[in-house]
This record gives sequence, C-alpha cells and structure tokens, in this order.
Amino acid sequence: MKRYSLLLGATALALAPAAAMADRGSSGHLNIIYWQAPSTLNPYLSGGTKEVESASLILESLARFDDTGTMVPWLAESIPTVENGGVSEDLTSITWTIGEGITWSDGTALTSADFVFTWEYCTHPEGGCAQASYFDGVTSVEAVDDRTVRVNFGAPTPFPYTSFVGSESPVIQAAQFADCLGARAPECTEANFGPIGTGPFVVDEFRPNDVIEMSANPNFRFPDRPYFGTVTFKGGGDATAAARSVCETGEFDYAWNLQIDPTILADMEAQGNCTVVTAFGTSVERLHLNQTNPDAALGDIRSTAEAGPHPFLTNPVIGQAMSMAIDRALLVEIGYGAGGQPTCNVLPAPDLYASTANDACLTQDIAGANALLDEAGIVDTDGDGIREYEGTPLSVLYQTSTNAVRQDTQALVKEWWSQIGIDTELRNIDASVFFGGDPASPDTFQKFYADIEMYTNNFAGVDPQAYMANWACDEWPGPNTQWQGSNIQRFCSEEYDALIVEMAGTADLERRGEIARMQNDMLVQSYSIIPLIHRGGVSAHASSIEGIRMSDWDSELWNIMDWRRAE
Amino acid sequence: MTDNADRPNQPLQTAGATPAGAAPVMEFESYRAPRNQWWDVWDQFKTHKGALFGLGFFVFAILFVTIGPLVWTIDPQQPFAGPRNADPSWAHPMGTDQLGRDTMARMMAGGQISIAVGMVAMLLALFLGTLIGVVAGYFKKLDGPLMRLTDLFLAMPLLPLLLVIIMLFRDQLRAAFGPEGGIFILIVIVIGATSWMQTARVVRGDVLAIKEREFVLAARSIGTPSHRMITRHLLPNVMSPIMVSATLGIANAIITESALSFLGLGFPSDFPTWGKLLFDATDFLQQHPERVIWPGMMISLTVLAVNYIGDGLRDALDPRIRGR
Repeated sequence: MKRYSLLLGATALALAPAAAMADRGSSGHLNIIYWQAPSTLNPYLSGGTKEVESASLILESLARFDDTGTMVPWLAESIPTVENGGVSEDLTSITWTIGEGITWSDGTALTSADFVFTWEYCTHPEGGCAQASYFDGVTSVEAVDDRTVRVNFGAPTPFPYTSFVGSESPVIQAAQFADCLGARAPECTEANFGPIGTGPFVVDEFRPNDVIEMSANPNFRFPDRPYFGTVTFKGGGDATAAARSVCETGEFDYAWNLQIDPTILADMEAQGNCTVVTAFGTSVERLHLNQTNPDAALGDIRSTAEAGPHPFLTNPVIGQAMSMAIDRALLVEIGYGAGGQPTCNVLPAPDLYASTANDACLTQDIAGANALLDEAGIVDTDGDGIREYEGTPLSVLYQTSTNAVRQDTQALVKEWWSQIGIDTELRNIDASVFFGGDPASPDTFQKFYADIEMYTNNFAGVDPQAYMANWACDEWPGPNTQWQGSNIQRFCSEEYDALIVEMAGTADLERRGEIARMQNDMLVQSYSIIPLIHRGGVSAHASSIEGIRMSDWDSELWNIMDWRRAE
Repeated sequence: MTDNADRPNQPLQTAGATPAGAAPVMEFESYRAPRNQWWDVWDQFKTHKGALFGLGFFVFAILFVTIGPLVWTIDPQQPFAGPRNADPSWAHPMGTDQLGRDTMARMMAGGQISIAVGMVAMLLALFLGTLIGVVAGYFKKLDGPLMRLTDLFLAMPLLPLLLVIIMLFRDQLRAAFGPEGGIFILIVIVIGATSWMQTARVVRGDVLAIKEREFVLAARSIGTPSHRMITRHLLPNVMSPIMVSATLGIANAIITESALSFLGLGFPSDFPTWGKLLFDATDFLQQHPERVIWPGMMISLTVLAVNYIGDGLRDALDPRIRGR
C-alpha cells in the first residue's frame, strides 16, 4: 500500500508539477495523536471531543463551520435562509436540499430517509442521546422527497442551524443502525465501532481507547480526495508527550489540544519540525465583580439579593480603574502564548458579533487609573496606601480555581491593583470543588462568596443568543434555585433584559449582530465583568503537512480531505 | 561525697604544690569537677558526626530564613523584581521565577513558614501523642477508650476531614487573625491534631513495658504519686521513641503543608512555602532545574538534619548508651 502510494506520488509529481493537482491517496500515510483516546465512533453515544472529532473523519453533516465560524454547505447544496426560501417566513421550519450523487461508503445513495432516521435515533425516548440538545425544539423531520429534508420547530427559531449542522449531529445510515434504536443503541458494537459514513475515510480497524486505522473512502464524492491514503488515529498519553511526538521525535503528524506552558511549546516549535496552530472560538477568561455583598458576617444571605449591593464594586469607576491597571498582553505572554489573545469583550467572536467599542483596555494605563479614582474622590484618607470609598477600604478577595497559570495571573493582577491603591487577598480553590456546583459547598463559583472571581466560559456553536441571555436579571444564582443560574456577577439591567427579548424575535443576521454587540458593550461598560483573555485551542502539526485550517467552531479535522503532505 | 569533702582543700593544694610532684598530679587528674548532666549529653552528642552536621545545617537553615530577609531585602511577592526566568547570577543568586520574583527571597520567606509549620505542628502532635500514650499506658481504665480514639483517628480519611475543618473555620479565623495568621493557626492545628496517633501508640507500648520494671515497682512501693512517677521515671525512659517521632513529625508536617497548599487549602497562592515553590517549579523542570533543586534540597536537607539530630539526641539521652 505504502509503496503503491509512493509510486503514485512519484508519478503524480512527474506528470503534474503543480502539487495542487494531487490524486486521492497521493500523500500516503497520516499519523494523528489525540492524548485522550476515543471509546466509540458514534458521536450520539458520547459527547466527548475525542469521540466527536474522530468520528468527523467518517460521518458528516449538512453544513459545517469553517475556521472563521462561517457556515459552509457540506452535504447540502446550499445554506437555506429566509431570503432563498429555505427557512419559512414564520421561522418554524428549515428545508435542506442534499447535494446530488452523494453516496455512503458502501456505495448506496444518501437519502432524506437517513436524516429522518437520525432524528428518530437521537430523540428515541429510551435512548440516552448525547447530542439531544441539537434536536431541542424540533417537532419533526420530514422527507419531502429523496433529496429534500425539512426540519420543523415548535416555536419560531431565528437560528435554525442546529440539527445536522457541525460535527456533533452528523447523519448516520438508516440501513446500518435500523436495529439499534433506543435502549439497544449501545449494544450495536459493530455499527458503533465502524459506522458507515459519507466522509473521506472508512474504518479498517477500531480498538476502543487505543487506536483507529482508517483508509480513504473509495466512494467519496470528490474523486481526487482525500489526499492521504491511510490514517492512524492514536489515543492516549498526555499533552506534553503528544507535543514531543510531533515536534521532537516526528512519530506523529498532528497533535491535538496542547495546553502546556507556552515557553515549553515555543521551545519545541523552535526546533523547526512542527507548526503550532490555534483556533479561537468564544472562550474568554474573565473577572466577575460581585455586585452583591459577600460579607461573611451576613451568613447565609451573603452574595444574594437580600444582602444588598456590594459596598464599592457596584461603582463602575472602580471596575474601570481595575480594568485599566491590567496589562493583558503580558498575561498572555506569561500564561497562554499562542493560545491566547488580549480581549476587552465578553463576546469576542464570531466577527459579526465582536464589538470594537472597548478596545482602549488593551493598553495598560496605571497612571490613568489612578487619575480616574482621584477624580472620583476615591482617595486614600488614612495613609495606609489603600483607597477608601465612602469609608470602606478598597480591599478585595479574589478567588479562582487551582491552576498554575491562574495563580500567576492572580499574582500579577494583585501587584497592579496594589499600584492603584487596591488591596487584594488571593484564594485558589480546587477545580473540582470550584466548578463542582455542589450546593452544600461554600466555595463554588456560583455561590461567589468573594468579591472577585476569575474563570473561563464560552458557548458552543456560533449563535450567541442563549449565551447573552445568561445575564438576565432572573438568572441570578441563589438559594431558591439551588444556586443554579448563569448570571454569576449578579448583573441586572432592564435595558439589557429588553435586548434579550428583542434578540429572541429577530432573524436578520445583521440586526442580531448589532444587538449582540450592544449587549456586550452594556455588560463590559458596567464593569461588573472584566474580560481578560480570548483563549483558543492549540494544536501542532508536522511542518510538512499543508492545508490545515483549524476551526474551533467545528471538529478541528473538519477539512481533513484537503490536507496533504508538501513535496 | 568525697569530692565535695575534698573541695575546700584543693585550692590550697594546688597553690602549695608549685613544683609539680608526682603524687599531687595523680590526685589532681583523678578529680572530676561536678557538672550538669547536659554536658554529658553534649559530649555524647558530639561523637555523632551526622548529628553534628544535622545541627549545623539546621542552625544554618534557621539563620537563613530569619536573618536572611534582613540582609536580602527584596520583597518575595514583588513581580518583576528582576528579569523573568533569569538564571542564577550575582543580582539573583538563585535566579528568578516566571514572573520575575526573586527566588532567594522566596526561599527565605517560604522557609519561615515551612519551618514554623513543621516545628509547631510537630510540638503539638508530640504533646498530644505523649499525653495520650502515657495516660493510656499508665492508667488501665483509660487505656481502652483512648486507644479506640486513636484507632478512630487512624481510620479517619485525612483529606475530607481537612476539607470540612477548613470550610467550617476558615472565615472565622480569617476574620480574627488575618488571612495568613488564621491559615497558619488552622494548618498547624489540623496537621498536629491528625498526626499524633503513631506517637501515642509507641509511647503507650513502652510505658506498658516500663511500668512492670523493678525500679517502677520500687518507686511505687514507697508511695510515689502518679504524676511524679510519670515525670520522674516513665517520661525519661520513653524519651528515645518520642525523639524519633518528633523528627519524623517535622518532615511529615512540612510535606503535608505542601500537599494542602497544592489543593488550594493552604496559604494564599502568592504566599510562598517550600512545598509550594517545589510544586510550582515542576513545570519548568527541563528548562530551569535549579528552581526545583533549591526548595527540594532545603526540604530534604532539613528533614535529614532533623532526623540526624534526633538520632544523636536519642543516643545522648539514653544513659545506657551514653559514655560507651
């Protein structure tokens, strides 16, 4: 096989000097390492990134998101919109047309019945479908004709691109999974470990929690692709070892999710064997400034509405000064390297939704922050180096999860705040407790028994409607909701709530972008939240591989059919 | 007795016998000035090379962390005190960390905490362990309940207990003694109160054995009260195992403190301790091995030194070994 493809490559080189005119299999073998190993190839049975991304080589969906977050038609002919009639006027249905001549890897035709079956498979009441949220609000999926699928929603849905879009809700073959509905789904080992797909590769051998051997799909719809003839998808190890195997030993061609110290990764990249690639989604490391009073003396009512407003953090001038004092670029350099960018927005991407109104925070301005506080009359009256606001010294408790990078960030921020007369006490809490959500623990991020806390949050997909609705007044965590709630800093504004309602009823993308930007600016300018770093995924590939366009909105391997080895 | 009787004569003798005669010299040499028994202990201690080294290093470590910051005045919590990730140089003899904080200043500040936590927690554990061990061994009625209590503590999983204690008392202590003082008290008590059990068991066993010895029976026969029995006869005889427990206890406390800091239950993250410095440096093992070596070396040498001191002390304090 290898010799054959080498020969093929040589012939291709001799006959067609333009490398772009390569043939299927001409690049030979590709080794991929994911340091967490996939346990199944059916993404409907496991929502883990490793399962979804390994399956994305085999199973496909109607549309995917490219590296900029833009939707590209994949199995579909085009993206349905209200304008082209694909989305109904009342926003309750979307009609997709499947591209012509697409077949499964066994040679049979892909039809709309497969989509109806996939919907039935995932929404079966006895089955625990990991991707059920992609079919939320869907009342039915209809096969209009062999190549037309209609998805109907129970209520107007301004963003209907959830079912059968992206790597997490691909179409599966009705013929193969027919006997695997409901409770029987996990029992179909053969189908789950070797699904028949429409994608560029087919499974030759799957060893759960270890390795997948794949080869090019002979019935793939593009006759010249994929350029790689075979793929080994290896799982296991740790991030550092994976990086070494690509950048130092060259055993592998692609390594995923390399969250290691930026200086270590930069040293490896400097050896010249690999290229580090990053993709930025919506993850933002941010500070939440508690708008309610977290004083321990208040006992059980602290950090709730009953505790009353925070003694000084509700004043936006103080939050603004805190934000100005931070050198975000340095935080990136020390802790994130290529995997981070300074940001001033809660909603940094996709481009349509990213505001530019707050970019002044990108440069540190300690003198300006001091001047701002002096002007507002928040000065040090008792000579201890700490400013007072209406008699309360600006002394904050700043908590986050235990993580070396976060502790470095804390130490730096504390130093900067001390230069503007704000005293900081640091606390770090074990991540399993902090993010654990146990209502009995006082240390969860929802309870927020501190003045300031720091962590990263993001949203899946490309539509920010649900995410921006997190900051509605009725989303405050509190004892009456078992401390569930996503408005962590306890922000509340009637204007903001009105925008949330408007967003839910707007289908026009331009207007949606405008509303999202307004929401972002309102939040950021209330200085109840201080965005710090836009975080991205970091992977590395051998320098000889071309065509990689890493996307954080879809599987990282979404365009693997275009990857090839440089001559 | 004879020595004392001779004493008044001695100055006269020496004054009189100016030209050294054979007989007076002999007499002079056989005379041994009465002295504190601790000098005997010291004499014995001195013969233990390891113990001397240990004592020397321990004194050095204590001077390093107490006098050191007075001489080396860089603030250990100040970022950008020097260039980031600097190698050791004259300006920063132990280099700087990834935030440009001076490692030597952090070693000094960290040592203060680590040694203080180690010593205080050890003393607390020792006190509790000895008290419970002696009482359980000496008073038969209390033996059962106290040993079951010991079993209980041994069986208790340490980590959940620590989590609960810290959750319950952190805010109160923080309000009363400040973030660092409160956590110090909490950690010392937590470590002390959860590491006395081995000492208690060993001490009880020894007390049980010694209690049946003839000299104890003799003392009891002349009506020695219990408290005097314990302080005069039992405690000096169980000194050796106590000393060994003490040395192990310091090491254990230093290590437990670093484990707690790692879990985020210990001191605030910008507050260096040796354990935390070591833990933070492991990420940079390949590029800056010295950052792991400094705290690692100090922890291991301190523990080793304390162990040797304990070993030497045990030999020196045991009258049966002393003088041999």
